[in-house]
Amino acid sequence: MISVRSLSKRHGALAVLSDVSATVEKGETIAIVGPSGGGKSTLLRCLNYLEGFDAGEVEIAGIKLHGNMGASEARTLRELRQRVGMVFQQFNLFPHLTVIENVTLAPRVVRGKLRGEADKHARDLLARVGMGDRAASYPHELSGGQQQRVAIARALAQEPQVMLFDEPTSALDPEMRDEVMGVIKDLASGGMTMLVVTHEMQFATDIATRVWVIDGGTIAEDGPPSQVVDAPRTAVAREYFGRMKRRWS
Amino acid sequence: MAQRPRSFALAAIAAAVAAAGLLGSCRGEPAGGTLERVQKRGVITWGADIQGGEPYLWEDPDDPSKIVGFEVDIMEALARRLGVKQRFVQHNWSNLVPSLERGDFDIVMNGLEATAERADRILLSRPYFVYAETLAVRRDAPYTSLADLRGKRVGTLNQTYAHDLLRDANVEIALYEGNEEPYLDLEQGRLDAVLLDNVIADRYGCNRAAVKCLPDDVARGAYIIGIRRSDPELKLAIDAALDAMIADGELERILTKAGLWDHRQTEPPPPMPAAAKNRPRSFDGTQLQLFFSAALVTLGLSVAAFLLAVPLGILLAVGRLYGGPVARTLARIYIELFRGTPVLLQLYVIYFGLAPYYAFGPVEAAILGLGLNYAAYEAEVYRGALLAVPRGQAEAARALGMSPSQSFRHVLLPQALRFALPPMTNDFVALLKDSSLVSVITVIELTKRMTIAGAELRGWLVPGLACAALYLALSFPLSELARRLERRLSRDQRPLAL
Repeated sequence: MISVRSLSKRHGALAVLSDVSATVEKGETIAIVGPSGGGKSTLLRCLNYLEGFDAGEVEIAGIKLHGNMGASEARTLRELRQRVGMVFQQFNLFPHLTVIENVTLAPRVVRGKLRGEADKHARDLLARVGMGDRAASYPHELSGGQQQRVAIARALAQEPQVMLFDEPTSALDPEMRDEVMGVIKDLASGGMTMLVVTHEMQFATDIATRVWVIDGGTIAEDGPPSQVVDAPRTAVAREYFGRMKRRWS
Repeated sequence: MAQRPRSFALAAIAAAVAAAGLLGSCRGEPAGGTLERVQKRGVITWGADIQGGEPYLWEDPDDPSKIVGFEVDIMEALARRLGVKQRFVQHNWSNLVPSLERGDFDIVMNGLEATAERADRILLSRPYFVYAETLAVRRDAPYTSLADLRGKRVGTLNQTYAHDLLRDANVEIALYEGNEEPYLDLEQGRLDAVLLDNVIADRYGCNRAAVKCLPDDVARGAYIIGIRRSDPELKLAIDAALDAMIADGELERILTKAGLWDHRQTEPPPPMPAAAKNRPRSFDGTQLQLFFSAALVTLGLSVAAFLLAVPLGILLAVGRLYGGPVARTLARIYIELFRGTPVLLQLYVIYFGLAPYYAFGPVEAAILGLGLNYAAYEAEVYRGALLAVPRGQAEAARALGMSPSQSFRHVLLPQALRFALPPMTNDFVALLKDSSLVSVITVIELTKRMTIAGAELRGWLVPGLACAALYLALSFPLSELARRLERRLSRDQRPLAL
């Protein structure tokens, strides 16, 4: 489903990503962890080309990406983003639209769905994330956890093959984290291919099929949770998980 | 609730009119004794408008600090005969008489025609010049007299005797403040005729290739010096001096030097014209109706100009924020140009400057001028508002597969408009008032109507208050509407208590 080959990206003298290579199979759930500033979010954002890169290749959901894609490839990028959904740390719901309008806007505008069809699909998705009764609310009337669940439904409305989550629970209180994590867990068991940048240890150990530890712009460790979390080989992973376990215990 | 703005406006008008009624009755006028003061001071001051231009008075091209003209020469001679010096005071022509009454200067001398109306208000000296009203039309036009122009658009200067003649002639009157502009508009086809004094017509109109002046005088009249009612002794002194100038030939020499001496000066003097029948005398229902329709002109112009300014402003803001280097530069130049120069200048350029290439009608030019000018301000409002939308919004739209234009239309613009609404309301209210500038291109809107009524009715208070009440009646409901719209759009933007 995803293959990343020799991906590199620099900000001036700083190498944000250096020579990253990895593959993800259909239905996998990858937890991307590691210390701040290590390049986790950048890698995720390169995968749907919210950020460009300098060298290497990405193939994702059947679409090939290369560094510095220009305006001539804008169509390709729009197609990419319909196949790859994204959920942000700050939710980024559209404040001027109701919950259901947030979910139906892209299907109607981008894919030309009719209102009735889009509404029906949106209600199904909202029910799936437990927000079926708030379709007419505005984002500011919802809690953070509710907003993030709507944001997940909004991304799912484009029927993506891959979902990217950029620290989806970092802006939330603990009890709200659980409701959002529950939704992501349901998606995982439904067979969605997902990459989740997270600091939630429980997610890495219980839900992820694989864990990537990213530090200094490279994937320091890549393996199943039992191996990476419980018996880390690198110093950075040992230190990171040690700190996380202390915090969550 | 819905009734409130309307009843507020009506109450405001009623209060304004009532207040005006009380205050209107106690207008002051300087007490007499001006002759004595002039002699003590050794200087007589006279009001005139330098925009009257050649041959009346104008800045000496060789020494712009000096004022020259046949009226300056007459004043020099007059002052000499009174044993004092003369000093010119610049004043807007259409307000010379009210300002004389206020005491801004001792006398008025600036092509002021003897009319019964003026004789009611102020003392008139003996005539110093006999003029004719000359009708100018386009060379190919079939008109041979004023009667042929019924229903046509005829230009003249505000508050002139020609204005009175046109009022009784059932024509559409276009009022100007300068001598050149009506003939420009005649050439451009924006007027069917111009009726003005032969002194002006000969110098500014009849010599134009596309213009012909009809040979018969439409009327004759005399220029006089205006003196306050309280100064009969000053009038006697001035009349005596003028009589002496005529007797010893000095007046003839001055007029001959200016090229103004003609057969009319020696023929029997024209009778004092009766007051125009259609001239308003008090602030009555007819005046109120005129004020209401002028308010509608103001509102219509402002709405139309704003409807032009908003989309153009959005386009400029988008060009400046998201455009390539060329679009960014062009938008920047547009904004700086239109924001950095007076809207009055822009109106002049559009109406008179562009006339040889495309002759806009006055209303078209007014809407275009105000709209283009306000677009520059709106552009910056929208630019600020677009910048205020969090970056995550555009990113979320992009991540959903929206194109830049879809993202702009459905995500950024609706949110930016919420931020833009308060400054837009501000701008619209400012536009309502700025629209008064279009009177320079002959559109009669609310403020112009007020100045016309003020000059004609001899009082500014009632017309001024009516004008103010109507402006408020226009702007208040709009602010109220915007406030409600804002409340509805910005549910999530309630301010936090400080």
